[in-house]
Amino acid sequence: MSADANARPDRVTVIQPQTGWLPIDFAELWSHRGLLGFLVLRDLKVKYKQTALGVAWAFLQPLVKMAIFTLFFGRLAKVPSEGVPYAVFSFAALLPWTYFDTALSFSSTSLVANAPLLSKVYLPRLMLPTAAAIAPLADFAISLLLLFVLLPLYHVPLTWRLVWALPFIALTAVTALGCGLWLSAINVKYRDVQYTVPFLMQIWLFLTPVVYPSGLVPPAYRVLYGLNPMVAAVEGFRWAALPGTAFPSAPMMAVSLVVSLSLLIGGAHFFTRLEREFADVV
Amino acid sequence: MNGDVVIAVSGLSKRYVLNSARASYGSMRDSFGALLGRLARPGERQPAPEPFWALKDVSFEVRRGEVLGVIGRNGAGKSTLLKILSRITPPTEGRIEIRGRVGTLLEVGTGFHPELSGRENIYMNGAILGMTRAEITRKFDEIVTFAEIERFLDTPVKRYSSGMYVRLAFAVAAHLEAEILLSDEVLAVGDLEFQKKCMGKMSAVAKAGRTVLFVSHNMGVVSRLCPKAILLHGGRLEKYGAVEDVVCAYLAATSSAKEGERTWSENDAPGDETVRLRAVRITDEAGVPAGVFDIRKPVFVEIEYEVRRPTNHLRMAYRLAGGDGTLIFTAADTNNPEWNGKLRAPGMYVSRCAIPANFLNEGEYGLQSVAADFPFQKIAFFEENVMRFHVAQTGGLSGQYPEKWPGVICPSLPWTVRRAPDGERDRTQEGSA
Repeated sequence: MSADANARPDRVTVIQPQTGWLPIDFAELWSHRGLLGFLVLRDLKVKYKQTALGVAWAFLQPLVKMAIFTLFFGRLAKVPSEGVPYAVFSFAALLPWTYFDTALSFSSTSLVANAPLLSKVYLPRLMLPTAAAIAPLADFAISLLLLFVLLPLYHVPLTWRLVWALPFIALTAVTALGCGLWLSAINVKYRDVQYTVPFLMQIWLFLTPVVYPSGLVPPAYRVLYGLNPMVAAVEGFRWAALPGTAFPSAPMMAVSLVVSLSLLIGGAHFFTRLEREFADVV
Repeated sequence: MNGDVVIAVSGLSKRYVLNSARASYGSMRDSFGALLGRLARPGERQPAPEPFWALKDVSFEVRRGEVLGVIGRNGAGKSTLLKILSRITPPTEGRIEIRGRVGTLLEVGTGFHPELSGRENIYMNGAILGMTRAEITRKFDEIVTFAEIERFLDTPVKRYSSGMYVRLAFAVAAHLEAEILLSDEVLAVGDLEFQKKCMGKMSAVAKAGRTVLFVSHNMGVVSRLCPKAILLHGGRLEKYGAVEDVVCAYLAATSSAKEGERTWSENDAPGDETVRLRAVRITDEAGVPAGVFDIRKPVFVEIEYEVRRPTNHLRMAYRLAGGDGTLIFTAADTNNPEWNGKLRAPGMYVSRCAIPANFLNEGEYGLQSVAADFPFQKIAFFEENVMRFHVAQTGGLSGQYPEKWPGVICPSLPWTVRRAPDGERDRTQEGSA
């Protein structure tokens, strides 16, 4: 090391072949934290530039879905809605679900969409799917405002329990990012991923209690059902937003939490392992 | 690591695995068979894919404040080297130790987003290149002034002209605060005026004591910026040393045998019954034809021809033109009194003309014509646009100047300087008054 007292103590970087599983370099992620903010900001700024409706898009998506679901599942199929009007019942679930859908889709294509950044410049690549999973939280926050309009409209009381929505939206974010890490890394080599994701999300929607209450699922299958972490996330969010709806059962919560964290931790390691090939393959 | 060495590369190799099926264009049946085989034995690996070593066993060291040129042909491994040094891709073998922050300029405008304004892109790009918000803010005005985009700061860059875009991208990258700068062909952008400005900025960066690795195909730029250079060839380190020697080695390696020579077979040789043109060569001192020449060395023009009938008063001549076609001079072998008007018996002859060293400028030249005639009688052949060649900057007189020396030629002329006695100066002033 340099013995020069005046010189700034330079960090020595060692570059050598990488094999096997590597630890995640948290120190480096921390030193680039500013970049994460810029990436999120860029994604937000770019998203609604040169659109006629602008931010209104954040409202429109869950609102239109709510209308369709209310008509087909609520009115025609008479799906039970735990004693609250079906419209708010589905809307309260659509809020976290729409965020999940956007975050997962966005983050699974984030690496390929930023291919020049992978092959022409160095940055901690974990930042790209992470920023892509964080940015749609802004849309979520905007669409949340709609809840404050809809609840009085349907004579559903607004309570402080809504604060409990936070941990459930965090669970949603962790799940979206966890899946995003796996899928984005695979998508670099196999673009099949980006064609599979929209299809996957449609199936996933029906495996999650968005249009129906989880009480419809036979008790024997509840734990298996809970393997989908979005079950606890969506139902927990709805419980926080709408008094009178069911709270997810404890075993289901536990399973969801474990699955979600495993997805995230496993995804980060899988991502770090594949990362070294990104520049050559993308 | 030695205290002054900031980049130590040892035994560096990088292997790319080419997809064998795609690389060899195997028959459909082969591919299908392989696919079936893979389906039948999913655990088994495919037949060994063809490896390609982009870099093989490269070792060198760069000291603090050094400006090292990296030269070599396309595919020599230059960009791979920079990509490994900047951690974009990992090496297959070997080890690198780097002391200090590395800034990479592999391509200007990476990370620019067309929908964002110039201002937003400056911050965005700075962050991607590893600058903090405070650092970017500190450099912001300098970047904007350098890029000359003050008026368009809040316009989305997709509305920028390509010139403005490139200027902004270079400006951000050039103001990077990194101890070590890796740069790949960044000067090949923008108009001539801006290229000059970029060159000036790069020299300033180099002079400011930062360590720079500079990849370029432009030998003039490399010679001016870098006192030392490495030459890569086929992924191997071919030469490492003073820039003049390395550029010379590069020139020798790049001019293929085909370059610098044109021959005509007996059947299509231009000429008449007396004399026929058989070959034209542009060679170095050793007589080896080449396409690129060192500005500090003489260049020889050789005209090989067949005399079919005894003849005197034959004159071999050529016209040398600049890259834009400007005629620079006409030379003829009648300049040699021994052969002027002398009888030439039938046989093969070579007329050779030396263009002195330190005479041509750097750049492209062309043999506008090669002709044989009998003055005031007839022309035997007049072959136009025979071939072109390059003179490369490797130092010498114009090498001290930061950009191309103005002028079609750049002769080394004798100068004297003396101080005029005071009386003489007074007299001159009176005379002009």
